[in-house]
Amino acid sequence: MSKKILINGNEFEFEDNLTLIQALEFADIEVPRFCYHDKLSIAGNCRMCLVEVKGAPKPVASCHFSLSDLRPGPNGELPEVYTNTDSVHHARKGAMEFLLVNHPLDCPICDQGGECDLQDQALHYGINKSRYKENKRAVDNKNIGPLIKTTMTRCIHCTRCVRFTSEVAGTGELGAIHRGENMEITTYLEKGMSSELQGNVIDLCPVGALTSKPYEFQARPWELTKTESIDVMDALGSNIRIDSKGSEVMRIMPRFNEDINEEWISDKTRFIWDGLKSQRIDEPYIRKDGKLVKATWDEALNKVVELVKKTKPSKIGAIAGDMTTAEEMYLMKLLFDKLGTDLYDCRQDGSYITNEFGRASYIFNPSISGIEEADALVIIGSNPRIESPVLNARIRKRWLTGNLRIFNIGQENDLTYEYIHLGKSPKQINLKNMDIYNCKNIIWLIGDDIFTRDDSNDLLSHIVESAKKTNSIRDDWNGLAILHKSASRVAGLDLGFLPEDSKKNAKYIANSKNVDLLFLMDADEIDADNKYKVYIGSHGDKGATSADVILPGACYTEKNGFFMNTEGRLQQINRAVFPPGAAKDNWKIIIELSKRLKKSLNFVSFDDVRKDLQKKFPIFEDVDVIQAADHSQLSKIEIKNPKLNDVEFENSIKDFYLTNPIARASKIMAECSMQKNNNGNING
Amino acid sequence: MAELNDKNFSFTKENLKIAEFEIKKYPEGRGGSAIISLLWIAQKQNEGWLSPEVIDYIAKYLGTPQIRVMEIATFYSMFNLKPVGKYHFQMCGTTPCMLSGSNELKKILQNEIGEQNTVSNDQLFSWVEVECLGACCNAPVVQINDDYYEDLESTDLINILKDLRNNKTPKIGSYKKRVSSEPVDNNVQTQTDKEIEDIVKRRNKPGLSV
Repeated sequence: MSKKILINGNEFEFEDNLTLIQALEFADIEVPRFCYHDKLSIAGNCRMCLVEVKGAPKPVASCHFSLSDLRPGPNGELPEVYTNTDSVHHARKGAMEFLLVNHPLDCPICDQGGECDLQDQALHYGINKSRYKENKRAVDNKNIGPLIKTTMTRCIHCTRCVRFTSEVAGTGELGAIHRGENMEITTYLEKGMSSELQGNVIDLCPVGALTSKPYEFQARPWELTKTESIDVMDALGSNIRIDSKGSEVMRIMPRFNEDINEEWISDKTRFIWDGLKSQRIDEPYIRKDGKLVKATWDEALNKVVELVKKTKPSKIGAIAGDMTTAEEMYLMKLLFDKLGTDLYDCRQDGSYITNEFGRASYIFNPSISGIEEADALVIIGSNPRIESPVLNARIRKRWLTGNLRIFNIGQENDLTYEYIHLGKSPKQINLKNMDIYNCKNIIWLIGDDIFTRDDSNDLLSHIVESAKKTNSIRDDWNGLAILHKSASRVAGLDLGFLPEDSKKNAKYIANSKNVDLLFLMDADEIDADNKYKVYIGSHGDKGATSADVILPGACYTEKNGFFMNTEGRLQQINRAVFPPGAAKDNWKIIIELSKRLKKSLNFVSFDDVRKDLQKKFPIFEDVDVIQAADHSQLSKIEIKNPKLNDVEFENSIKDFYLTNPIARASKIMAECSMQKNNNGNING
Repeated sequence: MAELNDKNFSFTKENLKIAEFEIKKYPEGRGGSAIISLLWIAQKQNEGWLSPEVIDYIAKYLGTPQIRVMEIATFYSMFNLKPVGKYHFQMCGTTPCMLSGSNELKKILQNEIGEQNTVSNDQLFSWVEVECLGACCNAPVVQINDDYYEDLESTDLINILKDLRNNKTPKIGSYKKRVSSEPVDNNVQTQTDKEIEDIVKRRNKPGLSV
């Protein structure tokens, strides 16, 4: 029901299921707050959002005052709310004075300084001297893991972090022990936090009580250059902001995007940045007598040309890694087409997923925000908590609102929500065991690990058949949802960066005796035993150590490019800093190589490459948009009487914190991994 | 005391029944609401205090994170997070008791048992000063385990301690021979209806106040 109210004398009309603070926000009136957060439950304990309601004896906290509770005046006048009167200002000033009673005056040495809610609001509502003569409260700092630094004396007990861990992260690890003045925020017996989303409490903390441990005393917010970009740690494509100072990335923060990551990012996304600075390849290398020796670009490129000329085109292959941009794959594809071979693959995990059944067969069709419309979820061979923690938080959000049936076929993991476990092998995908016939919007969440199985075709056919039987593939809802782990996979499939012969996948290319020369583009997760290997990439990891020629490339923070996320949404990454040393943008390396091979790709600028890509593949035209996928070709997948074997589903990610070369170069990620393997014990 | 506690705490059969009864009071899936009752049962079973093992057990039993149980155990002063003696004294130190001589009792407890929140060497006693026990009429009051000992003089408390040491059961309730909170002095009488009427009449006369 809509309701008319007067705010500061102006008439507004709102739905009456809003709270007062939400209505005021719609009316563009800023209300100071500490404990209220629109993604968390309402606590109402900071008392900063006080407003005056006509007829109420005291100021009311607008965060938990419902519009439906506003009463008209005695003669039916509209209810009146004031936010700018002296009494409101006085009330907020009083609340602020209480908050500052125990808050230390250490802003000059506090990492939150400059982006602190308390600091900002004290500017408007603080008083210039303290009337408090007693001793201030001091609280011991807690050690809650390698990511979050605590200075608990600064805590104002808003409990946002407590609500976040119990509601969004679902681990319920933080709590408030003792009471009154002695209240302390801590984990149980000071264990380390285990959530993959714990870094978000740093953003949530309105004061400097919870700050980033790795970023401790590194920079001030006003010194940082902010670049909007996209995360490539998983296929979700969380929106991020890269904060850099000079040539260094200082930290990574989430950017608000309601359709993808809301305002959360995973710890791997947030704390990966120290990996961007270590183990970097900043000069070309050539292997001489079994040893990698530094070389100039000229020498290295000539060596590659020599190797290519020595090898038959049909014996040259290329594998793109998980963090390769669409443009790079496109250029490599063009180069290989000119060389006359199609032994390239973007599926370095040896997956058999193809693009021949149309786009609907390899993207997350219901879309990420579509999870909130689902009433049943069948998880097959996936552990979304590890493969995409933020997406998992979205599932949990939906689950908390009730009426969501969740079935899991695969390994039994703690997913932070309850599910019915039907078994570990494909044979358990049986509609008889699932009570979902009367569900309308069913999501079949399929982990991309199933495509590395030998029976992947039969399995996919069986799943599509089941989905069709339950009417979950129709015009207004396509429940087939493939959850990719690799950021570049969907773009690779869209581009067709895979060989025509479906048997010649990455595993074949890397291990076959018929392939003598292999180009590895940031591909570090595959064991290649080809005669010669050329590594184009940024980190000295598995791929580089065994390579014959290393061409230093750029990381995702140092280049521009397109990424297609798991739901098929095109997004672009932007350069925040330049690559170190002699390292070059990857697209330039490929162009230079093509020139020296006399197979010149005629592009002058990056924009030319992008325009050409968009011309050939119109799907790359609209940024930030999902091109709806046509589900009509899905019927081609179906095989009569699919044969399913008994092999259990496996999750290929064994350690969430160490899934890519940047993460493996990061000290922080190593600490996290150690803590996880230690069951949360921080000290050994 | 700490060593005596079984590392792996679990409810006895009888207590399991009580626990299930408590949980059934709440809607299904809301068993977490029974945390206080379960902690109370567990504390009684675990010799008067909640060890980390007990908190682990209850968290597992209810399927809630351990910190949720810890929050409640630390919030309420009736839960002891440190070992207590066989006889745990809770001495009221709030105003009425203090005016009636609780400071004397405090000194005795300090001398006989030791500092607050510590267990005496013979593991028999521990004490703590608490806020109002709600028996102000019978001040000063000391609660020993589940029972109230009221109207205590210093000698009374010393005798109680002696009795407990000698395995005797001291008298529960008032030490001034009161049944409940009636006047100690039998001659004191409450005002009769007539007296009250007089007072009201006097009060209603202008210019006079009582």
